[in-house]
Amino acid sequence: MKILVSVKRVIDYAVKIRVKPDKTGVETANVKMSMNPFCEIALEEALRVKESGAASEVVIVSMGNEKCTEVLRTGLAMGADRGIHVATERPLYPLAVAKLLQALVRKEEPGLLLLGKQAIDDDCNQTGQMVAGFLNWPQGTFASKVKVDKSENCVHVEREIDGGLESLRLQLPAVITTDLRLNQPRYATLPNIMKAKKKPIAKVTPEELQVEITEDFDILEVVEPDKRKAGVMLSSVDELLDKLKNEAHVL
Amino acid sequence: MVSFARGFCRLKFTKAPWSFEVHCSVGSELFVRHKQISAFTSVVRCHGEYSKLLSCYSLLTHGQRRHNSEIPEVDRVKKDPRYDRTLRDARFSKLSNQDLVEFKKIVGDSSVLTEAFELEAANRDWLGKYVGTSQALLRPRTTQQVSEILSYCNTRRLAVVPQGGNTGLVGGSVPVFDEVILSLGAMDNIISFDEGNGILVCEAGCILEKLDSFLAEKGYMMPLDFGAKGSCQIGGNISTNAGGIHLLRYGSLRANILGLEIVLANGQVIDSLRSLRKDNTGYDMKQIFIGAEGTLGVVTKVSILTPARLSSRNVVFLGCKYFTDCQRALKEARSNLGEILSAFEFLDRKALDMVLSHSDGLRDPLPDSKHSFYLLVETTGSCFNHDREKLDNFLEICMDKGVVADGVVAQDNQQFRSFWQLREGITEALSKAGAVYKYDLSIPVPYMYNIVENLQHRLGDLAVVMGYGHLGDGNLHLNISAPRYDSKIFSLIEPFVYEWTASHKGSVSAEHGLGFMKADAIYYSKSPEMVQWMTRFKQMFDCNGILNPYKVLPGSSFKEGSRYRNVSNSS
Ligand SMILES: Cc1cc2nc3c(=O)[nH]c(=O)nc-3n(C[C@H](O)[C@H](O)[C@H](O)COP(=O)(O)OP(=O)(O)OC[C@H]3O[C@@H](n4cnc5c(N)ncnc54)[C@H](O)[C@@H]3O)c2cc1C
Repeated sequence: MKILVSVKRVIDYAVKIRVKPDKTGVETANVKMSMNPFCEIALEEALRVKESGAASEVVIVSMGNEKCTEVLRTGLAMGADRGIHVATERPLYPLAVAKLLQALVRKEEPGLLLLGKQAIDDDCNQTGQMVAGFLNWPQGTFASKVKVDKSENCVHVEREIDGGLESLRLQLPAVITTDLRLNQPRYATLPNIMKAKKKPIAKVTPEELQVEITEDFDILEVVEPDKRKAGVMLSSVDELLDKLKNEAHVL
Repeated sequence: MVSFARGFCRLKFTKAPWSFEVHCSVGSELFVRHKQISAFTSVVRCHGEYSKLLSCYSLLTHGQRRHNSEIPEVDRVKKDPRYDRTLRDARFSKLSNQDLVEFKKIVGDSSVLTEAFELEAANRDWLGKYVGTSQALLRPRTTQQVSEILSYCNTRRLAVVPQGGNTGLVGGSVPVFDEVILSLGAMDNIISFDEGNGILVCEAGCILEKLDSFLAEKGYMMPLDFGAKGSCQIGGNISTNAGGIHLLRYGSLRANILGLEIVLANGQVIDSLRSLRKDNTGYDMKQIFIGAEGTLGVVTKVSILTPARLSSRNVVFLGCKYFTDCQRALKEARSNLGEILSAFEFLDRKALDMVLSHSDGLRDPLPDSKHSFYLLVETTGSCFNHDREKLDNFLEICMDKGVVADGVVAQDNQQFRSFWQLREGITEALSKAGAVYKYDLSIPVPYMYNIVENLQHRLGDLAVVMGYGHLGDGNLHLNISAPRYDSKIFSLIEPFVYEWTASHKGSVSAEHGLGFMKADAIYYSKSPEMVQWMTRFKQMFDCNGILNPYKVLPGSSFKEGSRYRNVSNSS
């Protein structure tokens, strides 16, 4: 079985985001970019499934400009077998990504499509669900545990829901989106980084995949969240206790 | 004003007992972090009245209180036999009620702390190894107040210990007996920042990390960084001439401090708070106060040159088989990473095991293979592609030549931090593990690790001996971890460590200073003539010896020069 994993290049999780002065978006020039943490978890899970013997190949795909090859290299260094770069300069939103993934799935025919539950830059949490809809595949979203059963041709997925766990059994092929607690991604080791340099990255365009990218919405404005209020110096502990009791209602 | 929104409330303790932060947050913390926004609605800082805050803290955390006073008291002579050889200097007066009245006139009632529970943490050093019995802690807010306090203490012959963040590792920041504690923590204002030239002027009590966060907003950074950044103060850093992980790149504080404001023991204020890169008018007075450990004057204000904060950073964690491989890797780093190299740290396997077993959430980055040595190499530059190309080239050379056996490259900032925690968390892990004997040595790199092996041999099963430190600066942190303080272990370590270091032309204190712990050891690194001149400086600036007594310079009970001569004869 082949596993396809999508990996997105986003502003690093630990970078302080700055909104552009003209409010058209956030500053990305000279800002550290990394693989979306949820995608990293999806890739880690795919590698673990492969290591368990339930899959034979892990293919990663990233979409966007030339720089996407950086995250593909990272993914290859973690252990993915090959990469696909869907090259486009146009902004991509979940609907377009889902259509592109659908086209790639038709071409690659994986038994499992793994995605992060959301990207930390736009927090959309839509792509996995939409692509499952396009493919008419079963979906397990927000997975906190994944176990492939080869003999039954199915996958067991555990999901964290309010106050408990939900266990699903999905017939393969299926779509799974990953949550934070699924696993802890591995580090890229030097020998694997060296090996990754020789692993192939294929380039395709949306046109070649026969997907037309349309912008289905406009971003009107991006603004910063309200500024954190400055601290105040209290003169006594009694005053603090009073505030904790009467304003915060935490005591 | 404070608006405590619904949601949870978190009280955060910083190291000093009188500084608390209460964070009230609206959403769940995880959400907040993911969104990259800070949804804290307010931060409250509160000073004084420690016990009430503790009870309030324990209410909030449902009875889980954690603070220094729970560390059980152990015989202090056992922890450091130097206590045995040190007598309280009879020239100093004992604190009287009248003194407290006078102090209150100077700084106000709420800035004179006298209750035992308020003084507890300030009387005890970061390691819990050095404990004094001071009866008063003063928190001045202005240079004028510092001046009046010192002038009063000088006249009254009251001994004073200046205290910053109390993170010093040589027992220099706490009273030996009943010295009055002069805490600089309330002097934490930023005075000015020159955005064009990166020159920061601030008060001595500013916490290093807070200064760094302030500078981050302006595109600059502090030229020094190390594990204690969240608690230590710039005045303390200057007074210990602290080194840290970036000395390799940005140089020592001596080069970055442009000016200081100092209050002398008699209350006189020496103002050299200039912001000039070049100033060759006469002797460079400020240099003598850098690294003086509070024995010559109190630093009240600082002017410091800060480098630009560059956006491209890489961190790699490498495994090496032999110490000679670490040295070869350093050489390759110097020639292949060149100007982008910003840190080159090493730790041995025992140090890694120590940090892994005492820190939550840290994991071995190279779990499949055990190595004898690990290196943490950091690059900082202004162009991702350029830096990455250099780094890849360096790594390839190291792998090809067999200099490093394995390694991992951090892919994102989260991984950067995890790797750094492995190195920066060692000090704290050691302090949790039990008794610790710390030696901070400068030794020529080729035989730097021999002392670790020597001591392992001497101590056998009695203790765990480990080495880590700033390899790029030839600075070894030799640490001996034992279940408890023990005179037998101590006698196997000292004076052996000092004698060995002296005979290899090293320094017995690379960056931590001498403090109380190593005051008698000065002769291992400095000649009697030099110590004599130091003593004259001390007498000149502080004729009554009230500033941080029993520290840095050897006690009078010590036979001057004898050890130094022995050592030079034998080598
Ligand atoms: C986890 C950890 C890691 C560390 N790593 C390093 C490292 O990598 N490199 C390094 O060099 N050090 C390191 N240290 C030790 C370092 O010396 C101190 O952390 C720091 O520089 C001291 O600052 P402080 O404000 O805590 O000073 P304190 O500990 O309060 O005082 C240190 C000395 O300076 C004097 N002093 C303090 N403030 C003033 C002032 N305003 N005027 C005059 N005298 C003053 C005190 O009397 C005392 O003698 C580390 C410590 C810890 C706990």
